[in-house]
Amino acid sequence: MLVLGMDTSSPAVSVAVVELLPGPTWGRSARWRVVDGGKHGELLATGIASVLREVAARPADLGAVAVGLGPGPFTGLRVGVMTAAATADALGIPVYGVCSLDAVTDWEEHDTPRLVVTDARRKEVYWAEYAADDERVAGPSVMRPDALKAALDETGWTGRVVGAGAQLHGFAGAGEPLHPDAEQVVLLAARRALDGAPGEVLTPLYLRRPDATPPGQPKRATP
Amino acid sequence: MRSPSSEPLVLGIETSCDETGVGVVRGHELLADEVASSVDEHARFGGVVPEVASRAHLEAMVPTVHRALATAGVRLTDLDAVAVTAGPGLAGALLVGVAAAKAYSLALGVPLYGVNHLASHVAVDVLEHGPLPEPAVAMLVSGGHSSLLLVPDLTRELVPLGQTVDDAAGEAFDKVARLLGLGFPGGPVVDRLARDGDPAAIAFPRAMPGSYDVSFSGLKTAVARWVEAHEGAVPVADVCASFQEAVVDVLTAKAVRACREHGVDHLLLGGGVAANSRLRALAQERCDAAGVVLRVPRPGLCTDNGAMVAALGARLVDAGVAPSALDLPADSALDVTEVMAR
Ligand SMILES: [Zn+2]
Repeated sequence: MLVLGMDTSSPAVSVAVVELLPGPTWGRSARWRVVDGGKHGELLATGIASVLREVAARPADLGAVAVGLGPGPFTGLRVGVMTAAATADALGIPVYGVCSLDAVTDWEEHDTPRLVVTDARRKEVYWAEYAADDERVAGPSVMRPDALKAALDETGWTGRVVGAGAQLHGFAGAGEPLHPDAEQVVLLAARRALDGAPGEVLTPLYLRRPDATPPGQPKRATP
Repeated sequence: MRSPSSEPLVLGIETSCDETGVGVVRGHELLADEVASSVDEHARFGGVVPEVASRAHLEAMVPTVHRALATAGVRLTDLDAVAVTAGPGLAGALLVGVAAAKAYSLALGVPLYGVNHLASHVAVDVLEHGPLPEPAVAMLVSGGHSSLLLVPDLTRELVPLGQTVDDAAGEAFDKVARLLGLGFPGGPVVDRLARDGDPAAIAFPRAMPGSYDVSFSGLKTAVARWVEAHEGAVPVADVCASFQEAVVDVLTAKAVRACREHGVDHLLLGGGVAANSRLRALAQERCDAAGVVLRVPRPGLCTDNGAMVAALGARLVDAGVAPSALDLPADSALDVTEVMAR
């Protein structure tokens, strides 16, 4: 089954198409990624067209769509979530959401606990903690980086620390990968896709309420 | 001569402010116009909160598309094109609609048209009153814009004649409603209360005579000062009527003068404030006197909606205009002269 994955919860616009097979391997695949902060809206559809071309598939050949639901800066995040929802709707196929922090991983070193820290802007980070078997055991949450560092010191953290937020805020031993990856997004949804699980209504992991305060009394106009 | 069924079937998506609008149009025929509004979520803030609007668009989009398709009695695979508001408007809100439109366009294999919101306000009237004779003059007034435009050819160019130098017309209604404690949005409630008031009770100022530009900030301040200086119970109906009269007097005078000075005999009103009953009445009166044909879509098509976007999309398809590329940006400051975004 050909599955399209995407993630726009970070400065990276990441797209992948993976042909899932019933076994532990997969068939055709293609990845596309551009790290260009504010251009998610311009770039994403181009990336989708590009990966489909690379595996010589038409949109109608897709069997499912998977997308990172964040957490991440809202404006870019919504581009991916909206695109995934509308693509699946147009094709009449299911769409699955995953936590974007789960997709900040690679295939090596799957024997160490992992802390994923990404940039939440406004001097905060998004983070989640994973056990050695990749199970998320805490988060996703949003916090000030110094508070998170203090918590790590207190518990004597010895695992890996990855993600662009860790690098930005100088976490000890901060390493790669920096951003969520769309191929990982597909693999995180693979079980559901292969089982033919029903698609879901996508709700972004905002973790913050909108900035808005009710107005006070109108200012007096008379000097 | 094409048969009606060969007219382009276009889906239109509009998310420039707080309404998630999805319309379906076949040529000049309106098949569906569905709107999901987040206005209630903004009411307690006294104005549209961009982040709240963007979240609401994302939630409402797919269900609203489906309501529109069901109303139109068509399937997604029947569509010939997808049109979307590319700007101007709230950046984050536009981005949700543009992302949805690109996804539908790419997945369905149909062309994408990223269009100007203001041009769509002009295009929508064709659904009710047939093709608009060109050149025409259009006066677009809402909470987000106040523009006086010359429309030589809607598929090619819009020529700005005047605009607000401060508040949009709808914003002035909102601000006056707020200082009178009437809630948000202000347009409908001021219109309703004004019917029981005397429009000549208070002589509020008319700004910028002689220009096609308008200004409402001074008027709003004048209303505030008058209310503060007034002793005893404020005659709310008279204040509403006199304020509203000052707004619509200026708007209609400038629009009709623009027609006269450009030798144009069709005036189109659009935007949410075009739903104002006094604006419609005075515009009609002055157009009749000047020998100008007034065209005003019904209120539901004056406010932001998806049908207007679909209507412009259908017109662009018909005119053979090249569609937008997949890397089309949402442009919150899209210039009024650009019928399509680049
Ligand atoms: Zn509008």
